[in-house]
Amino acid sequence: MKEVKDSFKQKVYSILEDACDCNEIKSNPNIRLFDEGLLDSFSTISLIVAFEQELGISVPISDFNRDEWATPAMIITQLAKLQ
Amino acid sequence: MISFIPYASFRFFGLIALLLAPIITLGLLGRRCQIYNDSVAILMTFLIFAAEPNQLISLIVFILWQALLIRFYLAQRRKTNKILEFYLSVGLSILPLFLVKLSADLPTLSILGFLGISYVTFKSIQILMDIRDGLLKEIPMINFLRFITFFPTISSGPIDRYRRFKKDADHVSTSAEYHRLLEMGLHNVFLGFLYKYIIGYLVHKYWLGSPFLDANSISSIWLYMYGYSMYLFFDFAGYSKFAIGVSYLLGIRTPENFNKPFLSRNIKDFWNRWHMTLSFWFRDYVYMRFVYTAVKNKWLCNRYFISDIGLAVNFLIMGFWHGFLPQYIIYGLYHAAAFILFNKFERLNKAHHFWMKDNPWVHGLSVIITFHVICFGFLIFSGRLNFLW
Repeated sequence: MKEVKDSFKQKVYSILEDACDCNEIKSNPNIRLFDEGLLDSFSTISLIVAFEQELGISVPISDFNRDEWATPAMIITQLAKLQ
Repeated sequence: MISFIPYASFRFFGLIALLLAPIITLGLLGRRCQIYNDSVAILMTFLIFAAEPNQLISLIVFILWQALLIRFYLAQRRKTNKILEFYLSVGLSILPLFLVKLSADLPTLSILGFLGISYVTFKSIQILMDIRDGLLKEIPMINFLRFITFFPTISSGPIDRYRRFKKDADHVSTSAEYHRLLEMGLHNVFLGFLYKYIIGYLVHKYWLGSPFLDANSISSIWLYMYGYSMYLFFDFAGYSKFAIGVSYLLGIRTPENFNKPFLSRNIKDFWNRWHMTLSFWFRDYVYMRFVYTAVKNKWLCNRYFISDIGLAVNFLIMGFWHGFLPQYIIYGLYHAAAFILFNKFERLNKAHHFWMKDNPWVHGLSVIITFHVICFGFLIFSGRLNFLW
């Protein structure tokens, strides 16, 4: 697996914090965003649009599976794969 | 020809027990005979529809139609990714279902229908969506047929997804894995009997059948509402358990359809627990796509407003899908309104913290309120209130 740059991680964290309206993402990379009610289908869209505009990574909506994209850490891994 | 409607008769259960015995035996040895499985699938599809030859013909024509559309769109998508072709394919894919639903008004169109048409249409559209997203590059015809006519779920779901289904279908379980599948499969089938044929049956016979409920008084309708909601759940969750159980015996982990819906703490939670494969389908392919397109193209600046419109569209289509009848349309609008109001409430609460979600008493109260909101929705759905409009 390729190395994920720290700057990339920080960027994803800040996008996530905006979308979830919560500033504990960085300190909690294994928090289950959907189970905790931090993300829902609506904020997922803001997230996907932000990934596209700020990172240039397009994630197909139907690929954003709540089991594989459950935590900030998992989201970073998935995004790195698509990068 | 005698009828073999899925899970509706002991004849049906007897038949699948007989046909599945070799599959289970081989499964326990960690093996699978694909030709035998496919033969069973063809025979079962034939028997399920054989009592109504019209339906069998409609099914075959429907499958050919969908297969052609998918071929066509796949070939187009390889060349270009134009939105027009995508919408055209989805439109043509829905067309048969649309005409059948219209037959509530125009009876001649009902000739196109067959048991389960709305569920198979969902599977086909989902394939088109995945092709559009570039997640599916090829679909061998045999895999398409296995997926679309998967007999345990053909009549009423749960609605599986092609890529998930294929993963299971391609994998021959080891003996240990199959032991587990068999155990869970049988467990689900027995729960199905308990739900559908014991609890559902008793509620239907003694509660809904009680002469006291016939009057159009508030107390009768109120009691009917609880009874109908219970019946709807146990009957459909029971069916789903059968469908899931039999899928497991065939090595396919068909997704769950219900997760204790009457314990939902709000309407959003409810739609994550009730008829899940349907509501997730709508969430992924109607609501989220609509909101995504609208946000990306900046149709409106207010994202919350976009979301509200998305919810209205989502639940209205779901209403129409149940049938072109007033009670279904009102049911759809009712849920859209409940969902939109709840979202507003949640945003207010995030700012002002007046509803303490973590308090067990507040949680209990939320469950009771939500329970009544959904039961009232089912009362509309049941048509019991039709005398009002």
